[in-house]
Amino acid sequence: MIPASFDYHAPRSVADAVKLLVDLGGDAKLLAGGHSLLPMMKLRFAQPAHLIDLGRIADLRGIAQSGDEIRIGAMTTEAELLRSSLLAEKVPLLVEGAGWIADPQVRARGTIGGDISHGDPGNDQPALMLALDASFVLHGPKGDRVVKADGYFIGPYATQLEPDEILTQIRIPVPPPGSGWSYQKLKRKTGDFATAATAVMLQMKGGRVAKASIALTNVGPTALKASAAEASLVGKAIDDASVGEATRLAMGICEPTSDQRGDVAYKTAMCGEMTRRALQAAAARAKG
Amino acid sequence: MANTHTVSFTLNGKGVTVDVPARELLIHTLRERLAHTGPHIGCETSHCGACTVDLDGTSVKSCTVLTVQCEGGDMLTVEGLEQGGVLHALQQAFHEEHGLQCGYCTPGMLTRAYRLLKENPNADEQEIRRGLAGNLCRCTGYQNIVKAVQSAARKLAAAPAA
Repeated sequence: MIPASFDYHAPRSVADAVKLLVDLGGDAKLLAGGHSLLPMMKLRFAQPAHLIDLGRIADLRGIAQSGDEIRIGAMTTEAELLRSSLLAEKVPLLVEGAGWIADPQVRARGTIGGDISHGDPGNDQPALMLALDASFVLHGPKGDRVVKADGYFIGPYATQLEPDEILTQIRIPVPPPGSGWSYQKLKRKTGDFATAATAVMLQMKGGRVAKASIALTNVGPTALKASAAEASLVGKAIDDASVGEATRLAMGICEPTSDQRGDVAYKTAMCGEMTRRALQAAAARAKG
Repeated sequence: MANTHTVSFTLNGKGVTVDVPARELLIHTLRERLAHTGPHIGCETSHCGACTVDLDGTSVKSCTVLTVQCEGGDMLTVEGLEQGGVLHALQQAFHEEHGLQCGYCTPGMLTRAYRLLKENPNADEQEIRRGLAGNLCRCTGYQNIVKAVQSAARKLAAAPAA
């Protein structure tokens, strides 16, 4: 399988890449790691006339702390997230989540920005970003704008990214010390998308939940923020009753599509199980 | 043609230059233009790992990389593992431990295991299994592949220059 013909462009700066996007119009697609786009192009699900490869833009890579934020260049690979000692210390949820993505070779090419901007509800980064309350820097002809992850994902393969914009940076507020975290993912085999997965961030105070973030992968048209489940936990201890209620509320927002990974009832039940496990694992790691 | 590109990279230590259409995948350039048929075409959907090669110090699936993306790159295929007629420790270990049956996945297994042991020379069994998770074998059941990588790791640790 070989993609249909296209013209290839390898700009060296974000400004040049945006100029290409503007000049080439709607027939151009951005190429990040290529591990979603190239398979789609082989199958003719995508047939862009132009590919703009972001792989030569050094400014789009790297992980650094700036004040109370972690800033990650959009072309940073999933493998680089896994290896980052800064992330392991400050945002371990992202390291745990990246380890569940695809396989070593795919993680070596696949990027955090591509994972987010592809808008596939089966991708893992969208739920991780929702749980971490991340923001995204979008650069277009008029400059930068910063949007929250919550609200960025509109539908399958649809995000707030405009056709003339590039996602350049991911900004994650450093979670308070003592926060608990977990990403629990059920998949049939290495390399498969999630049957269901749940990302959790948890802050405890005096043995009770001060703040909970819960986000769900591949059980709806986008990654889903389980707001009612989050609210139900505040002020409570993590026990069978509170986890059961949060799990019930998370399952209540699931709208999975039936496919070879399972029917609607099975996927919803598995989302509940992943949510239960993620809450318990996060609670075991939380201090306070 | 506007969408034909001249691409130069290092392949197993030698500089090569190819003229390729933008849409050409690395696996086809290696096999059909450069006669490096070690990397195999298995699934063509970035699942099986038979096409794995080493590019700039990482394992990649060459069915999901465009050749134009490799300009200036440093590439190693299974053909580059043997040095001066002597098998690489991994190749010797796959032979000794019977780490292959039909052999189709072997070039990908070897190049992936090569990078895995560079990244983690002391990889334990679980780390080897996790590190090879992107390479499918339909014959062996993986047991002897894991044993072979463990054996090679011990030999490489004893003679780090190999």
